[in-house]
Amino acid sequence: MKVSMSVNGKQVSGEAEPRTLLVEFLRYELGLTGTHVGCDTSQCGACVVHVNGSSVKSCTMLAVQAEGAQVTTIEGMAQGDELHPLQAAFREHHGLQCGFCTPGMIMSAADLLKTNPSPSEHEVREWLEGNICRCTGYHNIVKAILAAADTMRGAARAAE
Amino acid sequence: MVEKGIGARVLRKEDQRFITGRGRYTDDINQHGQAHAVFLRSPHAHARIRGIDTSAAEAMPGVLAVLTGEDVKADGLGNLVCGWLVKSKDGSPMHMGPHPLLAQEKARYVGDRVAVIVAETLEQAHDAAEAVVVDYEELGPVVALERAHDAGSLVHDEIASNLAYDWELGDKAAVDAAFGRAAHVTRIDLVNNRLVPNAIEPRAAIGHYDPGMDHYTLHVTSQNPHVHRLVMSAFVGVAPEHKLRVVAPDVGGGFGSKIFIYGEECVVLWASKKVRGRPVKWTADRSEAFLSDAHGRDHISHAELALDQDGSFLAMRVNTKANLGAYMSTFSSCIPTYLYGTLLAGQYKTPAIYCDVQAYYTNTAPVDAYRGAGRPEASFLIETLVDQAAGELGMDPAELRRKNFVPKTAFPYQTPVALTYDTGDYEATLDEALRLVDWKGFAARKAESQRRGRLRGIGLSCYIEACGLAPSQVVGSLGAGVGLWESAKVRFSHTGKVQALTGTHSHGQGHETTFAQLVSEKLGIPYEDVEVIHGDTEKTPVGMGTYGSRSLAVGGEALAKACDKLVEKGKKIAAHLLEASEADIEFKDGNFTVAGTDRSKSMGEVVFTAYVPHNYPAGLEPGMEESAFFDPPNFTYPAGTYVCELEIDPATGTTEILRFVAVDDFGNVINPMIVEGQVHGGLAQGIGQALLEGAVYDESGQLLTGSYMDYTMPRADDVPSFEVVTAAGTASHANSLGVKGCGEAGAIGAPAAVINAITNAIGRRVEMPATPEKVWRALQNTQTPQAAE
Ligand code: FES
Ligand code: FES
Repeated sequence: MKVSMSVNGKQVSGEAEPRTLLVEFLRYELGLTGTHVGCDTSQCGACVVHVNGSSVKSCTMLAVQAEGAQVTTIEGMAQGDELHPLQAAFREHHGLQCGFCTPGMIMSAADLLKTNPSPSEHEVREWLEGNICRCTGYHNIVKAILAAADTMRGAARAAE
Repeated sequence: MVEKGIGARVLRKEDQRFITGRGRYTDDINQHGQAHAVFLRSPHAHARIRGIDTSAAEAMPGVLAVLTGEDVKADGLGNLVCGWLVKSKDGSPMHMGPHPLLAQEKARYVGDRVAVIVAETLEQAHDAAEAVVVDYEELGPVVALERAHDAGSLVHDEIASNLAYDWELGDKAAVDAAFGRAAHVTRIDLVNNRLVPNAIEPRAAIGHYDPGMDHYTLHVTSQNPHVHRLVMSAFVGVAPEHKLRVVAPDVGGGFGSKIFIYGEECVVLWASKKVRGRPVKWTADRSEAFLSDAHGRDHISHAELALDQDGSFLAMRVNTKANLGAYMSTFSSCIPTYLYGTLLAGQYKTPAIYCDVQAYYTNTAPVDAYRGAGRPEASFLIETLVDQAAGELGMDPAELRRKNFVPKTAFPYQTPVALTYDTGDYEATLDEALRLVDWKGFAARKAESQRRGRLRGIGLSCYIEACGLAPSQVVGSLGAGVGLWESAKVRFSHTGKVQALTGTHSHGQGHETTFAQLVSEKLGIPYEDVEVIHGDTEKTPVGMGTYGSRSLAVGGEALAKACDKLVEKGKKIAAHLLEASEADIEFKDGNFTVAGTDRSKSMGEVVFTAYVPHNYPAGLEPGMEESAFFDPPNFTYPAGTYVCELEIDPATGTTEILRFVAVDDFGNVINPMIVEGQVHGGLAQGIGQALLEGAVYDESGQLLTGSYMDYTMPRADDVPSFEVVTAAGTASHANSLGVKGCGEAGAIGAPAAVINAITNAIGRRVEMPATPEKVWRALQNTQTPQAAE
């Protein structure tokens, strides 16, 4: 069947079976391979994207459920050459090693910072419960998210 | 001075693609005409395969082929091999049970590959897999390691007692004599829990046979594509080496589990030929990964330490049973032997050590190297034993260690278990760690915790490891089937840009950055002008890959040597251009200068001349491209002290790590940011082993911990922020860079620090993983039931 949605601000449509997961649709139908699959039990968070502004594990949602939705993936986070503050902070603070968990981490953290612009370290760690990283020991991921929160608050103040 | 050279905290080159979602991992690749493979796996731990009926599956829509062990046999393909020959005490070679690509006659663990289904779509392949009928005759499974020797069943019918080898190291008579003189003997029995590596990217492979070219290409999640090429051509025989290209693109973590040559990647390559050259893709789901990735650790040990009345170590005696799983994986035999027994001296000058290891087959997934591989098992054993000795003698565990350290004046130091430590300063790392954690102030902190009803504990671990896996002659004398050198090629282009090709592979370690820093420094050119290339056997020179913290110490040194050759050649060209004698040319910061003058030529001018050799030294080859191999004279020996401070809630048995201090001596450091990141990741894995992780099979051989719902991975709120210091380095003598390697230290040193801290807090040791249940039960002074082990 045909599924249509907005992905990273562009209207797209493609073929999906009723059982096709959103992550499969993104990766195989649209070729957006930045969203990863790390598990089959909705635990690892490598697949996190935003659907209508909230973080969602795209392995836990059917493509057809996203019919008509606004979807943002890691590929849609930078504005042209300008990285999202979280992307920049992950690089600046060495918040990634193999990079496989990174898109999910960034998408998940972006949702956190939207609802809680100045989280404590503890709150960041608790929020990341649903995202597994095997490489970094989380130390620099947490650091990067706190730093990005700082930057984003600064930018928000400047805009006021 | 180059700006982003050795020692600089340079941000990583590779990050841009990963943070924007443009990494290219194996499953991201889709090839024209690609078909999909699904493996049918044994649901039984041990079963005879009486027959397989594939006819219904073959008739299903979209199915291109259904292949079994019989087809593998008919095509004359060889078995997977373990490349390291270990000999038993009596001199007999280890018993290696055949490890076919697809099971033949018997299935030997839950998850053993029984058939492969290739279809147009993944869904069709899955559906067809359910239509394959396998007639199994269930056999008694061998599951528990401690009973493997008389389990009443044989994993490999021809291997008695399920014993692969019974190995020993050290002078048993000297050790027995020393125990006879001991004033005190400390004894310990411990388990090193079985772990699942769990790189977040599951394994994947795409095999493609090109009938026109008679050429094979394999994309695979590999830490060592050249080793894949070698084993698949020389042993499995699926493609000749000169017609096989192995590409390991971006790889999402390995931790050892992607070193090995598995059946799946061999099968997809072979299957591609069977379906007339359609590319065949397979990606593991996480459940498959749990069942079929090689697991790690899984030892049961008894150890004894003999001390004199002053607390000096006289001798150590260790017996270990190691679980190999159902088959010997690629490196499996050397993990509980040469990477374990040889490390049992730790940081101590114990004069006599004896160790023997019995390695058993069981009907469980193969066990092989996982981050640290043998060295975490050794370090955990020594450091819990030493801590227990301190407790029994009423000594400060730091002071008992200090008293027995190999003193910094004693290097190079020959241990009684074969290794020669090149450099180290164990007191320096201990002192720095004690200072950082405020060891002396612990009693006051403990009292404060007590007032809040919490049990506070502090634990030390002084680990050592042998890294930079190489010395080919040494590993060869120990049974390795290959040499463990590394190779490099450094190539200038006309415009002065550099490609640095390495036989190592980066899957998170940041080689594209570190190696560029190294080459930039050596050649005096901007970091931005260096591109590091790895992971493709048709681009990079030969290589041995990345494991055992060897990439920089062996592969980096090969790059350094290739750079040195370029500089030597550059001197000849510069001397010609400057009409000076070659001996008078000095190279510094990218310029060739006639000594004592200001007459010089830049690297760029020299490179241009080498490619446009209109005015050129007679007899000299044009071009600026050099290769080098490096085979070091010794391992490197990173070492350090870790301290864990934690609190336990006696009501729930829950452990909270308050502080984790890690002071490491990695020798010289090229990029401190990357090195610290490696330590952080290792620490989380070590803490995971100590508190959370454990692979559990039930009596019938079913894996109970087969998903992230059941196997507890460390999450962000399970670990603290770490305090990591890597400054106090003693340069290694095994390479000119003075580097030692940092990839495994965290996982090696952390478990004992955590467990010793728990023991310190509650007064008795619990086995890993020290789950809240086990800690709580220990506090109630009751026995933890066996099933929870
Ligand atoms: S792939 Fe979605 S949570 Fe793991
Ligand atoms: S960076 Fe590798 S899993 Fe997080």
